[in-house]
Amino acid sequence: MDQLSPAAPGLAIGLRRSYGDSGLNPGGRVIDMTGLDRLIAFDRSTGVMRGEAGVSLSQCLRALVPAGWFLPTTPGASFVTLGGAVANDVHGKNHFSAGSFGNAVRRLGLRRTDGAVHDLQPGDPLFTATIGGLGLTGVIEWVEFQAVRIPSSWLDAEDVAFRNLDEFFDLSDERKDTAEHAMAWVDGLAIGASLGRGVYSFANWSSANRSRQEKSAPERERPRKKMPMDAPGFLLNSFSVKAFNEIYNGLKTMQAGKRLTHHEPFLYPLDAISDWNRLYGARGFYQYQSVVPTVTAREAVRDQLKLIARSRQGSFLAVLKNMGPILSVGTLSFPMSGTTLAMDFPNRGKRTLQLMSDLDRIVMEAGGRLYPAKDGRMSASMFQAGFPQWKDFRAQVDPGLSSGFWRRVSA
Amino acid sequence: MTQVRASQAGTTTAADAPSNRVVILGALSAIAMATARIYAAEGAALILVARHSDRLAAAAADLRARGAARVETVTLDLESGAAESASHVSDWASMLGGVDHFHVVYGYLGDQNALPGNPAELARILSVNFTSAALWCSAAGEYLRERKRGSVVAVSSVAGDRGRQSNYAYGAAKGGLALFMQGLAHSLAPSGARAVAMKLGFVDTPMTADIEKKGALWASPDQVGMAIRRAASRGGPIQYAPGMWRLIMLVIRSVPSAVFHRTRL
Repeated sequence: MDQLSPAAPGLAIGLRRSYGDSGLNPGGRVIDMTGLDRLIAFDRSTGVMRGEAGVSLSQCLRALVPAGWFLPTTPGASFVTLGGAVANDVHGKNHFSAGSFGNAVRRLGLRRTDGAVHDLQPGDPLFTATIGGLGLTGVIEWVEFQAVRIPSSWLDAEDVAFRNLDEFFDLSDERKDTAEHAMAWVDGLAIGASLGRGVYSFANWSSANRSRQEKSAPERERPRKKMPMDAPGFLLNSFSVKAFNEIYNGLKTMQAGKRLTHHEPFLYPLDAISDWNRLYGARGFYQYQSVVPTVTAREAVRDQLKLIARSRQGSFLAVLKNMGPILSVGTLSFPMSGTTLAMDFPNRGKRTLQLMSDLDRIVMEAGGRLYPAKDGRMSASMFQAGFPQWKDFRAQVDPGLSSGFWRRVSA
Repeated sequence: MTQVRASQAGTTTAADAPSNRVVILGALSAIAMATARIYAAEGAALILVARHSDRLAAAAADLRARGAARVETVTLDLESGAAESASHVSDWASMLGGVDHFHVVYGYLGDQNALPGNPAELARILSVNFTSAALWCSAAGEYLRERKRGSVVAVSSVAGDRGRQSNYAYGAAKGGLALFMQGLAHSLAPSGARAVAMKLGFVDTPMTADIEKKGALWASPDQVGMAIRRAASRGGPIQYAPGMWRLIMLVIRSVPSAVFHRTRL
């Protein structure tokens, strides 16, 4: 760390699951934090857990779940570090009731490149900047968070198909107070009357009395399947569209889709296949995730989906989630009360970049913003419009730290 | 293959586990820590032995947070401490009210190239990896013989399967230790106690930090930790982890020296 300076800034990195360049520091040094993988304390009576920044969420879960606790909220992949969860203020399917990860952080340790060490708590301006602060305010050394009680490690889940976007919003309103976890898969290729058709998944922790054996059921430390190699480009669309249609039609015919499921397949669909990104072949893909505020959401999401469907560049599945009114802590936190749309675009060069900048315009006009953790291309103006407090954040940045993302958007 | 077997081990060991009492020598190594975390998740009671007390305290906190019923730490140089191995073993047994599994995990890779003209380095490689380890295993073995159950598992290496110019001092010590464990297992067999030498291939740890890690031969400490935990409960006296190394070393041992001497392995 003492080799980092404003002239040669570094960046702390974790399990490298960010999609874009917020976790990259081209031309500079990075500090691999995954060696700091010790839990520091876990109080089984209060659910307060403290761990070093390099501990993965999946490692936290291994201690939490058998003791009847769970992460306050979690992204769709558990192979991310605590430091990364804070730096990106990650959110999950339970945003309505839980907010984002930063809402549950009680304290954190931060080391600045000038040697200062801070023990930060909510309310401290440096704490506020560090939540969602993309690792730029100092190196996060440890994180203490409040876990939530779970009655079992199983979920009562229900899948409900919706025929268009209006039905999605109606369902969201209808279920927002009764479903703790909610997210929808949307057909990114449907047009016309079917625009925005998809499947909504809702789930609540199951309080059914499960036996101990079931409680500790599947162990999935390492993903079960691996993408053995990059898939050839032609595979994606023909294969995946069919897959979606099959899922969708299957669901329609079994409308009363209530089921009991272990939390892993529901909350961590991406953990099942490691290196799943190779599905997109050597040219890779862009992930695009936007959020737009509630007042403009219906229109803005419709416009985005229309544009994507017309371009025929989107992958077959988009994810739609409604985000609740709990305010995020961080100056650069992504979540806001509204609707978030996430989608992969196979990299087809200029066409793909053009599509995304067209989408940017819709998001910007709707008063929304893009998720830095998933971005590798947004312009400085797009970033600054989405995060109007960014100058307050800039004042807290550690001059010895930087990233490719930050150099681009703070220009 | 390895992954499937590993997950099976995860479920079966959890079942036979609830009250395991375990002593880990060289507890701060990456492989020892991975092994200890499996025991912790089972709710075992652990004694961690290593040289650095501050790092031991952090490791103990980690294992308690992960579910260990009890974690004690002992600061000790295992090379010089081996002279008193029997009394240490009996102290630890009374500390925990008995010990079910001993793990001897520490080791010293040394630098083969620095050996000519440096007998002290050669003596250290042999003393850490063979002499002291054999003393600990012997003391643990005698304790287990009396109790008629339990196991002592020592970390050996595939480097002990054939002498090679690049690390035959380390290889000889680890190979010698495997022979010792094999003999100890034989002698313990009537009692019901077990001894195991774990022959590990390349593992991505601080010990091998200077070697460039690429390819399918490199295992993670977690993978190897699961194999070590499994070996404490079952299996023969010589176990390879990951298992493919048994085959690889069979081939390497069979290469005639006329050919082998032309390689730079």
